Amino acid sequence: MIYWEIFLAFFIPGILGYGGGPASIPLIEHEVVERYEWLTVEEFGEVLALGNALPGPIATKMAGYIGFEQAGILGASVGVFATVAPSLILMIVLLRLLYAFRQSTKVKWMTMIVRPTIAVLLGVLAFQFFETSWSANGTLQTGVLIIVSYFLLERFKVHPAIVIVASLLYGAIFLAPS
Amino acid sequence: MFLKQRQLFWAFFRVGMLGYGGGPASIPLIHKEAVDTYKWMNDDEFSDILAIGNTLPGPIATKLAGYIGYHVGGGIGMLNALFATVMPTIFLMIIFLTTLSSFRDQPWVQGMTNAVVPVVGVMMAVLTWQFFKKSKDGLGLGGSLSLVVVSIAIIVVLDLHPALVIVALLLFALTRKEQGQSATPKGGKT
Repeated sequence: MIYWEIFLAFFIPGILGYGGGPASIPLIEHEVVERYEWLTVEEFGEVLALGNALPGPIATKMAGYIGFEQAGILGASVGVFATVAPSLILMIVLLRLLYAFRQSTKVKWMTMIVRPTIAVLLGVLAFQFFETSWSANGTLQTGVLIIVSYFLLERFKVHPAIVIVASLLYGAIFLAPS
Repeated sequence: MFLKQRQLFWAFFRVGMLGYGGGPASIPLIHKEAVDTYKWMNDDEFSDILAIGNTLPGPIATKLAGYIGYHVGGGIGMLNALFATVMPTIFLMIIFLTTLSSFRDQPWVQGMTNAVVPVVGVMMAVLTWQFFKKSKDGLGLGGSLSLVVVSIAIIVVLDLHPALVIVALLLFALTRKEQGQSATPKGGKT
């Protein structure tokens, strides 16, 4: 039954993919290329490359597209459901539990004490984005983009959507590899 | 009710369409929509969601979207937010792969991706700073800095999974003895 196979192929990467969507890519490859042989390695690479050129979370794009290829719209829905549902349900249960006890000092402490770690995780992500840009665009372009977008976002309070679209236009014109 | 669902849809539609660089790139965008624009939650709640989300497996953007959708608009809100986050780009992906597969080889597509990466980096850095400031308000400068240093040591230097640090901290807070009024964190929610 193809829908069951699609469910399993994306359920397993969904629950084993620690570290967000990108971490589950090799697991998805294992299922769809090696186990079910829906795609060759080259085709998988092709889908992944296009997925990376488009916005939005990567794991669900892969699940949606591969599910669609195998079994149409229902296949796409099953793939996306299997990717997001298990961890989302767990998350809702845990957070409801947390909020049931929100008045407790211990729960307040839990909220406080993880905050520096969350800051570090976000800081690491920021650093990775800068590093990627630095190796793709060089120091000057990266520096200019950082400074200009910082002033637009934080000093002039321009909406992020506008800044992102402007940077996309800038990149299409000035940062295309020749 | 209808208004809330419509707001949820557009908030997460924007997040999905602007989140270049995979799920984690959309974290600052989700923060912007949920905390600043629509005020569905405050920074404390957002931080809790991020902490729990990071300890669980699976894509982070859909965990945040699904939970915030649920928080704002129940089961329908959850499905609505998820749909808005993932559908537009899956749709684009299917169109491009079935009709325009040479599009990603265009240099300007690569250029767009190159330019948006540092912008996402800036948004991420600003969010980092906000979290650090919040943490300083609650735990004090010394406490926050020591936790930052310990977290960097474990996550960056030892390269262990962040979920380990978060779970350990949560357990520490849970088993900590109640010490009366003086132990209540200043920035805690009331």
